Amino acid sequence: MTKQQANWSPYDNNGGTCVAIAGADYCVIAADTRMSTGYSILSRDYSKIFQLADKSLMASSGFQADVRALQKVLAARHLVSYLSFIYQHQHNKQMSCPAMAQLLSNTLYYKRFFPYYAFNVLGGLDSEGKGCVFTYDAVGSYERVGYSSQGSGATLITPFLDNQLKSPSPLLLPAKDAVTPLSESEAIDLVKTCFASASERDIYTGDKLEIVILNASGIRREYLELRKD
Amino acid sequence: MFRNQYDTDVTTWSPAGRLFQVEYAMEAVKQGSAAIGLRSKTHVVLACVNKASSELSSHQKKIFKVDDHIGVAIAGLTADGRVLSRYMRNECINYSYTYESPLPVGRLVCTQRSWKRPYGVGLLIGGLDESGAHLYYNCPSGNYFEYQAFAIGSRSQAAKTYLERKFETFVDSSRENLIKDALFALRETLQGEKLTSSNCTIAVLGIGEAFSTLDQETVQRLINEFEVVGEDPPAEAAAAPDQSDGAEPGPAAAAADDDDQETPAADQGAAPMDI
Repeated sequence: MTKQQANWSPYDNNGGTCVAIAGADYCVIAADTRMSTGYSILSRDYSKIFQLADKSLMASSGFQADVRALQKVLAARHLVSYLSFIYQHQHNKQMSCPAMAQLLSNTLYYKRFFPYYAFNVLGGLDSEGKGCVFTYDAVGSYERVGYSSQGSGATLITPFLDNQLKSPSPLLLPAKDAVTPLSESEAIDLVKTCFASASERDIYTGDKLEIVILNASGIRREYLELRKD
Repeated sequence: MFRNQYDTDVTTWSPAGRLFQVEYAMEAVKQGSAAIGLRSKTHVVLACVNKASSELSSHQKKIFKVDDHIGVAIAGLTADGRVLSRYMRNECINYSYTYESPLPVGRLVCTQRSWKRPYGVGLLIGGLDESGAHLYYNCPSGNYFEYQAFAIGSRSQAAKTYLERKFETFVDSSRENLIKDALFALRETLQGEKLTSSNCTIAVLGIGEAFSTLDQETVQRLINEFEVVGEDPPAEAAAAPDQSDGAEPGPAAAAADDDDQETPAADQGAAPMDI
């Protein structure tokens, strides 16, 4: 007698790809804006990037309902510690990016036995102003890296970024800096190239690319049209 | 007050229909150092006197941010005040999470519990919602009232007298004049003691402006601006030399402004340590 399989799944995959690159004094986070289900497109203009704090942005692909829920939970958890922080310290200082990285990891692991179907990339500036990127799996395992890619186009983009940037392994001694030698504009061009290539072969990636650049002078956004097929 | 057999328990009524524990809690509010709130159509200003228990200690924080659009000033048992602020912050966060919009201030004001002792703190809650700026006073009895301006804590009657004279001008007051009125009212409670940025705290919130506490330099600059004009000027006269300031009193502007006035008497050497 064959085991009965569930014919309803609580999860769905809305596709899409996210990339982040850390620089010496900037961080670039990018994601396409296509949201799909199966072979259909749900939206050509849905943002996967969310600002968690002054200096932290998160891009997530996977199941967007879980992504949205995760964003809300993180925003609330950040506020709880941020408000008690300013109560104690009287400075309007938000959580640093590495602290937010740990918070995200804990929040994901909290749902270890019914995970958020979210593949996240966290990008921002650390307390020294250097770019930092953290990459996650669905249950919160994370690592600080110089660049990362998640989502349906990740298998196409990661080898290309490895070739262009090759992040040092965290196992190396002496510890090497996980930031890329590229300038901000070079990093942005690289990201545009990644997505233009990924859109050619990955059906779930395309429509428009949203790029967010975080540096000492603040945040700015750029958009690039991608293939619509 | 008066000791009697009906005052041991908050759940015991006196034959005259009073809850003495609640009334005693309201006495605690009168012992705390003064806190003042005033509002216009678009802004709310909260101000309080900082009393350090000795020259060696730092002063207690009495003004708290509850959310971007809500702030609270307390008088009485500051520890109780902090517990309540934390509770209010959580309420705001939970409301934002569920409804993705800011909590309307009116909903925040009912917070007392009946099975424990009453909170020995009075709260002046300033907040913004769709209908504009609001100021509420929440007392230990659980009652709350909306005010145009109010003062609580010790020697608050002097401030209330000042506010009663001026309150009709507050509705259409500019942000700067509202802060100046708050400083004047606060000075009334000090009864002759000099008002400096080290013994007071001012916080502002308004339409387009998230709740924030003004830093010491800004406060000292504002104090200097009105002290130069004299003892008892109406708000209009105080405004005259300063209206050209512009809306944002930044620390960078402070240096330029003080040029044509006497050097600010920064008594910050003797100030209690800031955290």
